[in-house]
Amino acid sequence: MTTEDFNRVSRRTILGASAAICAAPAATAAVPASAAKKPGAQGLLPVTLKVNGKHLHLDLDPRTTLLDALREHLRLTGTKKGCDHGQCGACTVIVEGRRINSCLTLAVMHDGESVTTIEGLGTPEKLHPMQKAFVVHDGYQCGYCTPGQICSAVAMLDEIAAGLPSHVTADLDKVRFSDAEVRERMSGNICRCAAYSNIVAAIRDVAEQDA
Amino acid sequence: MKPAPFDYMRPDTIEEACAILAEAGGGATVIAGGQTLMPLLALRMSQPFILVDLSRITALRGVTRIAEATRIGPMTTQNDAIADATLQSRLPLLVQALRHVGHHQTRNRGTIGGSIAFGEPAAESPAAAVALGATLELRSVRGVRTVPADEFYLGPYATVIEPDELLTAIDVPDWPADSVPLFREVALRPGDFALVGLIGSIVLESGKIARASLAWFGMGATPIKARRAEDALIGQSPDSLQPALIAELAIAETDPFDDHHATADYRRTVGQRIFTRTLSEALGIRQAA
Repeated sequence: MTTEDFNRVSRRTILGASAAICAAPAATAAVPASAAKKPGAQGLLPVTLKVNGKHLHLDLDPRTTLLDALREHLRLTGTKKGCDHGQCGACTVIVEGRRINSCLTLAVMHDGESVTTIEGLGTPEKLHPMQKAFVVHDGYQCGYCTPGQICSAVAMLDEIAAGLPSHVTADLDKVRFSDAEVRERMSGNICRCAAYSNIVAAIRDVAEQDA
Repeated sequence: MKPAPFDYMRPDTIEEACAILAEAGGGATVIAGGQTLMPLLALRMSQPFILVDLSRITALRGVTRIAEATRIGPMTTQNDAIADATLQSRLPLLVQALRHVGHHQTRNRGTIGGSIAFGEPAAESPAAAVALGATLELRSVRGVRTVPADEFYLGPYATVIEPDELLTAIDVPDWPADSVPLFREVALRPGDFALVGLIGSIVLESGKIARASLAWFGMGATPIKARRAEDALIGQSPDSLQPALIAELAIAETDPFDDHHATADYRRTVGQRIFTRTLSEALGIRQAA
């Protein structure tokens, strides 16, 4: 490695490269549960995650949160670490179709499961409708909470469509989109810049497109 | 790494989990949804040698009907319970309480059993289990025992579960379909633990109160049954009872504490008011302003 090369390598590249990452072929993706139960030589456990459609194999300390697995091991830094204890929602990702706080769960607990992060929803060239709506409605200021807001909002619209009631749903048989529902259902995602009114407008826009 | 080192075990069956717990001799902690345990591990307030992940034990999930009761698998997530048709029709009060637990993200992971077994005194699920008269099934390699929810809690985060035992079922008896639900919670923000909470159910027969079950949360070291208030309600007709007097009885049984959110006095004052208001509204009693 030349000095020039070295200068181009960020700290994160080194961290990522030192972790064992490889795209596992689909046939060997399902690691038997028994194999993951016992620590390996360095106390690392093999974990397979289907992240944004790709089967990825990692060897992880069992203490690694899903958030750290995504950011530090897979270098998917779109998912943000805010409070790291389930209060802020910045780390929201979609696991098996459900939005969860990736800081409040161990990666090894999701062995074999599928995870969608902000990188799996859209790309700069082809934005997800929710990403586009956040841009159009200015649903952010600093943008740090935005990936979590967007993952949360996408899964949230699916929850309403599936009829899952919230704290403000008056009639359990009639779960419908409303601004009040959005405010309650997005209450797990905090925006320090307080872009809330524009976030609600962006989500409403997407919900109306879907309707 | 924020947590202290631990070995990770992921049993597939209840028997396997009980065997691990028995062998660990108190050194193991089970993780259900992890929504409370994960921060405690990160703060090293919990430092198990072995972490036992219950997520793959399918026998611990789901809602089934048993004789005159509904059996809830402890690993059922709060959101799965809220969406469950059986619980919506049989135990609407429980569904109402669960909608106040945390946020949507945490309800997608957090489980009913995890919350009940953790025993946070200001949480909704333990108080709901107490108010609805649930029975908790505990299993170990030594056998099975059942404990009524109102004998389950010993103090904050302390329950009768032995280190080798696993909560394997939450059985909630049927309540008449026309039971009157009572639920009110005062919290700093939606999703926070309650500063003061009240949950209960009243059964009316021929215009008189035949059964009453009321439990406080956030008002002491455990969920607290308001037994004297319950006794005072029995046999009364809603027209003649005085909610404020019953509320005094109910408050007398609480033992709230001061913390950085509210004083014990504040909790008692608010508790007295929400009890009076909730009981009055539930029974359609007009209150003098």
